[in-house]
Amino acid sequence: MKQLNLVLSLLVLQLNLCAQSDSTTVKRIPVDTNKLIMNMDAVYNRPLLQLGRVPIAIGGYVESNSSYFATNGQTEGLSFQIPRLTFILSSSIKNRIKFLTEIEIADGGKNIGVDFAAMDITLHKLINLRGGIILNPIGSFNQNHDSPKWEFISRPISSTTIIPGVWNNVGFGIYGKIGDNNVVWGYEACITNGFDDRIIANDQSRTWLVSSKQNPDRFTNSFNGIPLLTAKTAIRHRTAGEIGISWMGGVYNKFEENGLTIDKQRRIDLIAFDFNTTLPKLNTHIEAEWVWVMIDVPSTYTQQFGDAQKGGFIDIIQPILHKNIFGWQDAILNLNWRTEFSDYNVGTFTETGENISDHIIAIIPGISFRPSTQTVIKANYRYHWQWDLFGNPPSRTAGFQFGFATYF
Amino acid sequence: MYFKSLIILNTALFIVSCQKLVSPVIPEDELLVEPIEGLTSDELDRFHKGDEIFNRRFFTDETGLGPYFIATSCGSCHNGNGKGHPSNAITRFGQTDSTGNHYLDLGGPQLQNRALPGYVPESVPAGLPTMVSVAPINAGLGLLAALTDTQILANADPFDADNDSISGVPNRITPKSFFVPQAYHVTIGGKYIGRFGKKGSTVSLLEQVASAFNQDIGITSAFIPIEPGIINYTVNTEEVSLTDVLNVEFFLRTLRPPVQRNQTDSDVIAGRQLFTDIKCVKCHISEWTTGPNDIAALSYKTFYPYTDLLLHDMGPGLDDGYTEGTALTSEWRTPALWGLGLAKRAQGGTYFLLHDGRAHSIEEAILAHGGEAYLAKELYHGLSKDDKEKLIKFLESL
Repeated sequence: MKQLNLVLSLLVLQLNLCAQSDSTTVKRIPVDTNKLIMNMDAVYNRPLLQLGRVPIAIGGYVESNSSYFATNGQTEGLSFQIPRLTFILSSSIKNRIKFLTEIEIADGGKNIGVDFAAMDITLHKLINLRGGIILNPIGSFNQNHDSPKWEFISRPISSTTIIPGVWNNVGFGIYGKIGDNNVVWGYEACITNGFDDRIIANDQSRTWLVSSKQNPDRFTNSFNGIPLLTAKTAIRHRTAGEIGISWMGGVYNKFEENGLTIDKQRRIDLIAFDFNTTLPKLNTHIEAEWVWVMIDVPSTYTQQFGDAQKGGFIDIIQPILHKNIFGWQDAILNLNWRTEFSDYNVGTFTETGENISDHIIAIIPGISFRPSTQTVIKANYRYHWQWDLFGNPPSRTAGFQFGFATYF
Repeated sequence: MYFKSLIILNTALFIVSCQKLVSPVIPEDELLVEPIEGLTSDELDRFHKGDEIFNRRFFTDETGLGPYFIATSCGSCHNGNGKGHPSNAITRFGQTDSTGNHYLDLGGPQLQNRALPGYVPESVPAGLPTMVSVAPINAGLGLLAALTDTQILANADPFDADNDSISGVPNRITPKSFFVPQAYHVTIGGKYIGRFGKKGSTVSLLEQVASAFNQDIGITSAFIPIEPGIINYTVNTEEVSLTDVLNVEFFLRTLRPPVQRNQTDSDVIAGRQLFTDIKCVKCHISEWTTGPNDIAALSYKTFYPYTDLLLHDMGPGLDDGYTEGTALTSEWRTPALWGLGLAKRAQGGTYFLLHDGRAHSIEEAILAHGGEAYLAKELYHGLSKDDKEKLIKFLESL
């Protein structure tokens, strides 16, 4: 209820400010296209509205879609979703001190949460301090997840089910960037609350990092008192693109209870690579991420709970029209292709030596139309094969999705 | 008019392309998920409730898992209601003759080889013989449960009166305390005929379900309120409700048996005749018919499980040195062969046949037969390559 009130207050604030201001006082903050923007900048790289001289910017995004899917020929018909309505409020508190919060209403109000709420203090361009609810800098999607930035309706499965994106936690961090007009190097590091033993005690009956997001106490207490460490470094070249490597690791289980040792400390470690570039001349944009996860699963558990996972995606976005379309200047029509893969249990069966399956492969051709950079109308077809633990003939899910996402 | 036609045409094209582009339907005769025909709407409701628990309820320590266990759900071992995989096989130990299990205080009869963090899983005491058992297909069990003891006993031939070297006997079992005998049960000295389990050690499906919750997942219920493990202890909580246990039992009773495929294929027809000719059918009896049943859909149904539900001595090659009830260590209850051809679909594309999954093809399984089945195996040996292929094709159609 408190969260709902907060969201409503933000809404009212937005409406009031807009009502009181004319177009000369409410203006969109121009994005400096000359700058080399990296994934780590995504939080602040949003088209927010500036309120005159007031040091506050507001905005957000909404996404809505419809889908028609069938699994093994059985369909539940056409359905419509509003996965996210997100409000963003940022404020320049003082020179080199700023605050931004992102509040998300998911699934039409079923879930309301604070995705991000952090204060940033700049001491030097290489030393920025961040504290609050922060997005762990693992891979690229976790920080750069706004739907209007993506050409496909569904989020990448590896970025949301192997990396439990959007994965946010309470904690502190440090980051910085240095470079020139052609090359920028950046780093991020943070300590936050972390995972819990829901990873291996969940209703999925597999190692499932996403289950830790269901712990309502993770924003108030560390599950075991040991912080989760996350670190990322990335380099961006103006023509070659950006490549990043990140790591996140910590202890996920409760190993002490009332001073008594009840288990050994069990680690979880994720390593991710991310890459994006735009090919010259063709303007083809490529976005990719790959993640490996290593989990110390008790040897006394069943082999359904994998001690390693891996997965990733590659998006290829090809603009085919870039001109005035239906009266929209600089509108863009893209043809898109995503291939994605998630393996939730990398390994072999002890008894037979055969590979453990439990993986998904999906292909998603699509089309997207951008009347402006802030708004995207998307349509895609999706076909995915899902193998069970034993590698039996896969279940096949296929269908169509149509939707839009826009900043406001 | 032009635009209207265009819209209609495009809509039709879209619908057709949707039908083409959505995923293909799995043929119904390859599925083991359907209810038996003729259930009432209330019964269908119970079927789906039981299905939900059986196939989609995963237990955690918060919902009662363990502390000692083998799997976290029923469906873990009975993948898609099909045959199990060696990775989820169960191990039993502690009994070598009809005097009972002498290792109950050391974790017998069933090994809980997995445990929650902080607990040490059980291990088999050194030197004891074990029986490893891969989960069977669980479709069609209700029809087997609906047979009368008299029907089963009609095929028993303990003294081999017909001199065919085959002497099927029932396993006599002392049922669990909550077993309620039905009119079709026959008792001798308080013991009943066991018809479920590799050794025929369980009399009723309800016992099978309550025991599996308890021994396989470490879940207590009103029927078995004792946590399994080295140190058994009674708990006051029902980790699965009585209703849920009964719904799972109902689900298993009403899960449609496997449907034979390619029945009209000439090779399959010929293979079926060969199955009779080489005496397989002596134990793997094809046709049975149920009598009256409290579930109307199970009443007076003719079905084809290919089992006699009796114990047979299978020779030293299949003698694991462990037993249950009155069975000898070399005796096994004839497994139903229905669904044999679908086994691979649940086992990752490789056969793991016989009780412990040691046979990787149907032929390997046939050749492992000994004892009372020795003659049938020799007759199989004598078949031409072509006839062997027809026989295998028939078995794969089941």
